[in-house]
Amino acid sequence: LPAPHLLFTPPAPRGAWNGVPHPPLTPLPSAPLQDIRNTVGNIPMEWYQDFPHIGYDLEGKRIYKPIRNKDELDMFLEKMENPDYWRTVQDKMTGADIKLTDEQVDLVHRLQKGQFGDVHFDPYEPAVDFFTHEVMIHPVTNRPADKRSFIPSLIEKEKVSKLVHAIKMGWIKPRKPKDDAPAYYDLWAHEDPNSILGRHKMHVPAPKMKLPGHEESYNPPPEYLPSEEEKLAWEQQEPAERKLNFVPQQYRCLRAVPAYSRFIHERFERCLDLYLCPRQRKMRVNVDPEDLIPKLPKPRDLQPFPTSQALVYRGHSSLVRCLSVSPSGQWLVSGSDDGTVRFWEVSTARCMKTLPVGGVVQSVAWNPNPTICLVAVCVEQSVLLVNPCLGDKLLCGATDQLLESYVAPEEERVQPVQWATPGVEEHSRGIRLAVKQVTWHGKGDYFASVVADNSSRQVLIHQSSKRWSQNPFRRSRGLVQRVLFHPVRPYFFVATQRYVRVYNLLKQELTKKLMTNCKWVSSMAIHPGGDNIICGSYDSKLAWFDLDLSTRPYQLLRHHKKALRSVAFHRHYPLFASGSDDGTVIVCHGMVYNDLLQNPLLVPVKVLKGHALTLDLGVLDVLFHPTQPWVFSSGADGTVRLYT
Amino acid sequence: AVTRRLCILKGIYPHEPKHKKKVNKGSTAPRTFYLLKDIRFLLHEPIVNKFREYKVFVRKLRKAYGKSEWSTVDRLKDNKPTYKLDHIVKERYPTFVDALRDLDDALSMCFLFSTFPRTGKCHVQTIQLCRRLAVEFLNYVIASRSLRKVFLSIKGIYYQAEVLGQPVTWITPYAFAHDHPTDVDYRVMATFTEFYTTLLGFVNFRLYQSLNLVYPPKIDGQADVELKPVEGKEYAMDSESYLEKLSALSGSLAHVVAPTHEDEVEMDEFPVEGETAEQMDARKKEQEALEKHKKLFEGLRFFLNREVPREPLAFVIRCFGGQVSWDRSLCIGATYDESDRSITHQIVDRPRVGQQVVGRYYLQPQWVFDSVNAKLCLPVADYFPGVLLPPHLSPFVTEQEGDYVPPEKLKLLAMQRGENPGDVRLRGRRRRGASGCCPVGNGGLSADEESEEEEEEEEEEEDDNEKEEEEEEEDDESEKEEEMKLKKMEEQKAQSNKALPVKVTAGKLRLEDRQRLEQEQQSEEKRLAIMMMKKREKYLYKKIMFGKKRKVREANKLAAKRKAHDTAAKEEKKKSKKARRA
Repeated sequence: LPAPHLLFTPPAPRGAWNGVPHPPLTPLPSAPLQDIRNTVGNIPMEWYQDFPHIGYDLEGKRIYKPIRNKDELDMFLEKMENPDYWRTVQDKMTGADIKLTDEQVDLVHRLQKGQFGDVHFDPYEPAVDFFTHEVMIHPVTNRPADKRSFIPSLIEKEKVSKLVHAIKMGWIKPRKPKDDAPAYYDLWAHEDPNSILGRHKMHVPAPKMKLPGHEESYNPPPEYLPSEEEKLAWEQQEPAERKLNFVPQQYRCLRAVPAYSRFIHERFERCLDLYLCPRQRKMRVNVDPEDLIPKLPKPRDLQPFPTSQALVYRGHSSLVRCLSVSPSGQWLVSGSDDGTVRFWEVSTARCMKTLPVGGVVQSVAWNPNPTICLVAVCVEQSVLLVNPCLGDKLLCGATDQLLESYVAPEEERVQPVQWATPGVEEHSRGIRLAVKQVTWHGKGDYFASVVADNSSRQVLIHQSSKRWSQNPFRRSRGLVQRVLFHPVRPYFFVATQRYVRVYNLLKQELTKKLMTNCKWVSSMAIHPGGDNIICGSYDSKLAWFDLDLSTRPYQLLRHHKKALRSVAFHRHYPLFASGSDDGTVIVCHGMVYNDLLQNPLLVPVKVLKGHALTLDLGVLDVLFHPTQPWVFSSGADGTVRLYT
Repeated sequence: AVTRRLCILKGIYPHEPKHKKKVNKGSTAPRTFYLLKDIRFLLHEPIVNKFREYKVFVRKLRKAYGKSEWSTVDRLKDNKPTYKLDHIVKERYPTFVDALRDLDDALSMCFLFSTFPRTGKCHVQTIQLCRRLAVEFLNYVIASRSLRKVFLSIKGIYYQAEVLGQPVTWITPYAFAHDHPTDVDYRVMATFTEFYTTLLGFVNFRLYQSLNLVYPPKIDGQADVELKPVEGKEYAMDSESYLEKLSALSGSLAHVVAPTHEDEVEMDEFPVEGETAEQMDARKKEQEALEKHKKLFEGLRFFLNREVPREPLAFVIRCFGGQVSWDRSLCIGATYDESDRSITHQIVDRPRVGQQVVGRYYLQPQWVFDSVNAKLCLPVADYFPGVLLPPHLSPFVTEQEGDYVPPEKLKLLAMQRGENPGDVRLRGRRRRGASGCCPVGNGGLSADEESEEEEEEEEEEEDDNEKEEEEEEEDDESEKEEEMKLKKMEEQKAQSNKALPVKVTAGKLRLEDRQRLEQEQQSEEKRLAIMMMKKREKYLYKKIMFGKKRKVREANKLAAKRKAHDTAAKEEKKKSKKARRA
């Protein structure tokens, strides 16, 4: 049954404002005419919801709501029992229940059906024309016809002429015929691969999008799901840095998979890529990394070279700065920071002699002349010439005699240094200068020393037999790091921080200047042939110079990880070694061919480890045995090691 | 804006200059550079004039509107300038194969646009055209049976078809309404779509021609007759309903020439020169496998419940020769009812099925996709409704050596090789499944119980499997053993240190491991050789090695994660089992 009270709303009591009672639209036959209609007007009646009254009557007295004490049950009972319940409606204005009459119900039904409210209204009455199309004898108006109805219209003429003019001028185009050709046809019916335009020859087709991996699946294997930390990391990354542009997720079933919110974004980005990104053919390096490794002769074929640690010479209590071997190869001398010089027997590692010199020993050098047994020792500001009295007694005696046979010249020559005779107990000579390095000439008569100050007197060359020193350079050219005599020719090498200068001692001129390409040269050694030099530097590079080739390094070897401290050549074998702060000695095979056309062959053959790092220093000096393929190294841990 | 459109249509892209500084007046700021040649090429394009005409047209129209000259408006609208992109398509893709190669983006875009709402964002005609072309393409793929791979990702569904030997991959979004982002320029996308629709239309035409099919596609006569009486009444507009019928993907297409069986003459085989018999054999085998793959669902009848995505499933099933139907009220084109006795598989995506019919499998939709990717009908037991699904793997990944391979993939590969590790188990399972699943009106409870039993069985079987897996992981374990040894040695050292410093221990004979020594020597040689590399080569070498190591690290990480997950799952299972028993 339709609930009529939903449709039936009382009309707006517009007239109530004027104090005139509004006549009810549908007269209530049961209610008397002097009505107690509400005077509140057309307002939402729920404003009176919480009041006991529902409005005011004409005299301004409250109209009280009818007392409703029915609860749900009563309502239900009434609904069940009252046969007129369905036609009972509450009047919102008065709050009273009204029973609709049959006519009213009928009206409601008609309105519901969309019919007219009035039963008697006929919407389909025959229409009556006021005017007929026929000409009647009595016209409606008697006005004579206008002149303009007989002559052609000027305005129309103007319009037509405008159109004609526009067509003539081509401003208006006739309607285009419809294009009947099918939209799609066989475009590639006559395809000719040779007709490719020039532009398309170098056309780079767009790369395809990356195909999805397992992690993109709606139900991926569990290992592809990110953990909480990974998710967090993903969120904190920049969108451009992310490896995946989505977070892998797992859904229980296909039904649970939602739409991907960035789908349109991704398509759009692809579009942008297609027309805004420069394309380039990039050659992927598709090399087997093994092929990159140069093919070198096997170290086994390049033997002999030192392979393992044989002896450790212990005794020094501080860093061992320098080493030197006697020309016979039987004795070893080492100078240390603890202020002693120790003489060792090579084959037994026995300390034969300890010579306290009372200062840090910067450098020691054994006289290369086998007939003289003499060691130059740099201690602080002096060079001591020491006769260690080891080995052949005759040799020692001869050396002593040689030194004693010195006869002072008649006239004092101006010398940059003083030569002093020592006391009886010591066989030594001193020079009062701060000395960094001392090196002997091959003949064993001359030796050079380097002084650590920035004057022109950095390098001094001394003649031990005549006890005479000279200063070869008039002007200093930077801090001198190392000096060297050429083994056969009268050349003299001076290494400053970045360059190595080669002087001809006979002609007294500069012959060559080698660029080391290093920041700070630390050490230098010369090949016994005299044509090749190696320079170690503090920026962990080793430069090999071929003097015949160029003034730039033939090869720069970056084998060490830390600063190089010393380098050395073997006198007979094609070997050279470098010691570094990383505690290793690297022995390389450096073959120099007599044929000038063939470049030297450099192959690293062995990395020797043994020295412990102390104070961030590793190996301080390396040295080859004069005859055997053995190498000595002295380290910051106070030991000297022999590798054979 | 015109330049942008031209660039998009003509496929012009910026160029990266060889010497950026030289071109950019010494600065290295990022700028885009086009080749002068390309710009000139754009200028010569006749379509530029059409664009100008269109601009003029718009201006005139606006003026006429402003003056309220409606006749002029009508006249102008009649003469609206149009342009065609045919020649550009031909120019960009001189051969058909070129066009096929570039079809990926076109398809993805068309499928996306066809899911757009018919209001706003872009023209309705474009959307309708996209839908039509997409449906046509799907029908072609069905007719040629060229679908190869399907992948349900969280972004959408990826399909890969092999069209005339070219792999064509496209992605379709899941059928949900889009929430349109505001930071996307739809004009750019619309321009792309304009070109893509033209391209796809021509490609479709050519493809239909190659299969002797009528273009625009028509549903085959018999099927059409079957469909008509039912649907004819409900659908007023024939043209619209036709597209819908097509998009139902259930009918086969009409041929230009009726196919005769004589056409299927075996192709003569010409041995290619320089090809050994083995290669020939391999090729033949591959061909056979492909044929078999194409007929994967031949003879099977599917029924789709209304909660599963109808279009992708219908498409995939039809592509592999299966018959498919759905609820009549869901979409037109349903060919048989749910009550049909001949249905073999019913695709369900609900945790449990109310009324079950004897003689058919109730499966989750993933079974269809996994089977397609595996190229064989997988055992159905893992895909019953309510069962925890096995992971869905990407078919696009081909693992190289050293990559991480998920164990499911290994299982699958073994199954493809035909050695079927759990053969007995599966057969048993199938029997059990048949007895367990088929009885009519089998209550949910009893089914659950049975599944529990199965799970227990599974557990045991999984243990077996793991043993196998462990064997495979032996390599890893050898490494671990070494590690263990090292650890032990360290411990020993520590112990010896703790003890008195002076101690005489029994001498040990030092065994010289020849192999080990040799290996060491070789590695040392290698290290020395690496020292001698040039700087540039060393850099490259280090980069390559770094990449390799990273790959290994990632693979190891995944493997470790998997292992942890498996053990955790096992523990949980055991616990729950105990709880159940207690």
